[in-house]
Amino acid sequence: MAEATIMVFRGEAHQGGEEKEYTVPVQEGMVVLDALLYIQANYAGDLAVRWNCKAAKCGSCSAEINGKLGLTCKMRMDSLPLEEPVRVYPMKTFPLIKDLVTDVSWNYEIEKRIPPFAPPEGELTMYQEDIDRIQEFRKCIECFLCQNICHVLRTHDRKDSFFGPRYMIKIAELQMHPLDTVDRTELLNGDGGMGFCNITKCCTEVCPENIQITDNAIIPLKERVADRFFDPLLWILRKLAGK
Amino acid sequence: MAQAGVQHSMTLRTDAWWVAPLVTFVMLSAFVVYTTWRIIENQYYLAEPYLSPLYSPLLLLDWWPLSPAILILWAPGGFRLTCYYYRKAYYRSFVLSPPACAVDRGKPGEYCGETRFPLILQNLHRYFFYAAGVVLVFLWYDAFKAFVFDEKFGVGVGSIVLLLNAALLTMYSLSCHSFRHMIGGKLNVFSKCPTRFMLWKAVSGFNEHHMFWAWFSLIVVSLTDLYVRLVASGAIQDVRFI
Repeated sequence: MAEATIMVFRGEAHQGGEEKEYTVPVQEGMVVLDALLYIQANYAGDLAVRWNCKAAKCGSCSAEINGKLGLTCKMRMDSLPLEEPVRVYPMKTFPLIKDLVTDVSWNYEIEKRIPPFAPPEGELTMYQEDIDRIQEFRKCIECFLCQNICHVLRTHDRKDSFFGPRYMIKIAELQMHPLDTVDRTELLNGDGGMGFCNITKCCTEVCPENIQITDNAIIPLKERVADRFFDPLLWILRKLAGK
Repeated sequence: MAQAGVQHSMTLRTDAWWVAPLVTFVMLSAFVVYTTWRIIENQYYLAEPYLSPLYSPLLLLDWWPLSPAILILWAPGGFRLTCYYYRKAYYRSFVLSPPACAVDRGKPGEYCGETRFPLILQNLHRYFFYAAGVVLVFLWYDAFKAFVFDEKFGVGVGSIVLLLNAALLTMYSLSCHSFRHMIGGKLNVFSKCPTRFMLWKAVSGFNEHHMFWAWFSLIVVSLTDLYVRLVASGAIQDVRFI
């Protein structure tokens, strides 16, 4: 049976860490999470790995494999060059808890700052063509790979100024909803930090649900921010219309 | 700043992540160098009935001592410079911000994106769309004019090249993200505006291939100008089919 060398980051919060080498037998159809669970079962019972559904739907097992971001339950071992060691690291953008588990609670704090869906009172009617567009955003499984790969958060650590792609999707879902009554463009241009995104599309490339984050959420929101804050012609028209 | 996660080298990627930004850098640099040279050259842009797209519409004004292309190219140039696709391309390949996904370059805290001058002006992309749209009308006029030889219908290689150039630039413009927003993307209730919804769907289809149209039209603009230059300078003769 073929074998693979897995180099797993082992460490704890505030204590740093290092790579540890493990040898794992490779079976047909095996994914990286299988290899990690093999290590946990046979070599390192204290290896911390967050996982749940093993079907690429819960978004729990995000990690960095050979420097590429993905769900460990979705990344097949036979897609990796097994003649070299496979290096598995936790998500870089978020603080380490232990081994491959990071503290992603910052994301939930951001979510609380977004005004929720606010429909008008009375009878509510909407048509399929009005909600088709936002269905794409509801596929998000909150794996936070897009947050992890976004260089504004990952490299420049601007968590103080930018909500990140996951919450641009969330805001797009609400802002484009046919029955929503709240305007979030001021939030986007202010605390949301829309201007920090320089649309390099890594969030789209890494999304396991293939949501077109940049083209269908971020850029349309940037255009709405431009309508409101950066278009002098529209500003004059709004003034003339008394809006 | 929030607490950062596990720090490691610039990247753990083992694939050739640097190839794509390098190719983009070479291609865009080649275009900029060629276009700049052609603007400075200021000749061989007209080989009746063909007019180079870099000089269209041809504005020969007494009070303007420099190349007439400068009076034109700010519009399509600005349109491409502020284009959402090209922004991705040159932020990655020229500014290395970031050079590739999960390849870290820069330091925490020292990034401000498009929030300050001059990059905040990227928000004016729609105005360059309007200006480039005006130039595009002239390019279509030139394309039709390229089928008229001595007041008679004719077809040469140049006619086809100019027509292809206008068509590709039209597709690049129609697939623009700002246009997609204007045509219907800004609406939340499509059911009340079925025509705009239909147009938005069509433009969204074009928009999915915006990168393709961006590159294809860029290359063909350069080749169109090169063809006109070669004919105008006498280096080659235009082949006439009709």
